[in-house]
Amino acid sequence: MFTYITKRLLAAIPTLLIIITIAFFMMRIAPGGPFDAERQLPPEIEANILKAYDLDKPLYQQYFIYVGNLLRFDFGPSYKFRDFSVTELILTGLPASMQIGGMAILIAALIGISLGTLAALYQNQKTDYAIMGVAMTGIAIPNFVVAPILSLIFGVYLSWLPVAGWGDGSARNLVLPVISLALPQIAYIARLTRGSMVEVLHSNYIRTARAKGLRERLVVIRHAIKGALLPVVSYLGPAAAAVTTGSVVIESIYDIPGVGRYFVNAALNRDYPLVMGVVIFYATLIIIMNLIVDVIYSFLDPKLRVNG
Amino acid sequence: MSLLAKPNDRMAAVLDQQQNVDMEEVAGRSLWQDARIRLMRNKAAVVSMVILAMITMMAIFAPWLSSHPFDEVYWDFIQVAPNVAEGFWFGTDENGRDLFVRTLYGARVSLMVGLVATTVSLIIGVTYGAFAGYMGGRVDNLMMRFVDILYSLPFMFFVIILMVIFGRHIFLIFVALGAVEWLTMARIVRGQTMAIKKKEFIEAAHASGVSTARIIFRHIVPNILGPVIVYMTLTIPQVILTESFLSFLGLGVQEPLTSWGVLISEGAKVMESAPWMLAFPATFLAVTLFCFNFIGDGLRDALDPKDR
Repeated sequence: MFTYITKRLLAAIPTLLIIITIAFFMMRIAPGGPFDAERQLPPEIEANILKAYDLDKPLYQQYFIYVGNLLRFDFGPSYKFRDFSVTELILTGLPASMQIGGMAILIAALIGISLGTLAALYQNQKTDYAIMGVAMTGIAIPNFVVAPILSLIFGVYLSWLPVAGWGDGSARNLVLPVISLALPQIAYIARLTRGSMVEVLHSNYIRTARAKGLRERLVVIRHAIKGALLPVVSYLGPAAAAVTTGSVVIESIYDIPGVGRYFVNAALNRDYPLVMGVVIFYATLIIIMNLIVDVIYSFLDPKLRVNG
Repeated sequence: MSLLAKPNDRMAAVLDQQQNVDMEEVAGRSLWQDARIRLMRNKAAVVSMVILAMITMMAIFAPWLSSHPFDEVYWDFIQVAPNVAEGFWFGTDENGRDLFVRTLYGARVSLMVGLVATTVSLIIGVTYGAFAGYMGGRVDNLMMRFVDILYSLPFMFFVIILMVIFGRHIFLIFVALGAVEWLTMARIVRGQTMAIKKKEFIEAAHASGVSTARIIFRHIVPNILGPVIVYMTLTIPQVILTESFLSFLGLGVQEPLTSWGVLISEGAKVMESAPWMLAFPATFLAVTLFCFNFIGDGLRDALDPKDR
């Protein structure tokens, strides 16, 4: 297992490098630069600024300088938030983003799997239709619609919860963003679980378990869930990616000081190092999530258990 | 198997098939005729198609459906509630423009983005997947490895970078979203191609000297259309959703043009004082997404050989 993880981590390096390369050149071939102000700067000052950030060198040299700095975990200074390095900025946003993202995935997995299992057990009955109807709604109504509606109902009309804001991460401030972020994922996971659960419940080994006279609950909990969870687990990688992108919107709707909120502004301001930093950060996160998913997968499915 | 295929429907399909076997010599039905009959029996899919057709017609004939132009500012009717007497059926926005016409113009943009971007993703995905699958071996390995790498990209960020840096031209939205959505299509097509390329008719074509490109597009692609169409129907709502997401962030189409995402984001800002501005575009978006998902599910059930 250890060798496997090491191998995968090593394989992530070229992947990251390709991502970095694409992002770097994509931003640079575009017209316009970070210091194109409305007011024309005196040429000497502009030259000095460009020089300070190595922007006067040819593009390929800038690329090598950037990658070289990355090897020392130096993401460079932010162009817009003067006096702050990209690492500092990302680290300030990290706790909030991680907290809502992690909780959203956890809740989505728990509720989604339970609902999906329930729907499969009552296949083609009222419970099933009700759950799948709700799931379809969760998929069709985007979270940037759900989020304002939730904050209108629970924040403004009922005033049970804060309308927005972070409040240093108090539980009351977390509820609405986490729910809005988790809802679509709950829907996807419930649909996936139901599908694979229905298939598993019709398989031979479940029939054997039932023939042994096991109680239905034990059949489901001990035998069926394990098999049915495989596609769900492999969906958790993409789910993590979806939650991180979703959090860009959720963070701005609820005014949460997370990493995602920096991104759009950074891109608009052509704050190259900050944009690159956020992209690299999220790419790494997705790669790590995929790795974790594969490891969990190998525990669940003995056929795929990796050696070593 | 969706929640929508009721048991007696499926029973009917089985009986039907039985009959079909019995009458094989009298009148055979092609796969597509079969699929169409099954799809027409799926009530949710049929209703969805009707609703979608209506929305499409309304979008096309938008200028003739209301007496108000979409960009006319009515100074006496700033942000008024739905008002039948004046012909503002959905009310007006904060600039005093008729929301009904704007919602329909938004439908034009959203549906157009859905169709065009999906077509772009279809062309890239099918060509790439079919080529990789047909070539096999090292070429296939390399091509699919590249797809794996792209999978771990935080794609939304790339689209955002693209939109910010190259300007918010609507053509760019088409290309950017299409370029993002082709990955899964490529995987599906590759899998299908691998399965089909061993068949005798491909060998025969190869033996009679047909070129690779011609084999792929004349012989392979027409035979894998089923899964391609199903996935395409499910890509359209995803693309529409992504476009709304971008527009919500303010990175989509530009004023005075509009899309559902733009309208929703304007509505969300004033939902306490003018809930209609959020309600109507959000409903249109949700209904459209519902319909595409139902049709996709219906098509999958109709074309899935496992159910036959």
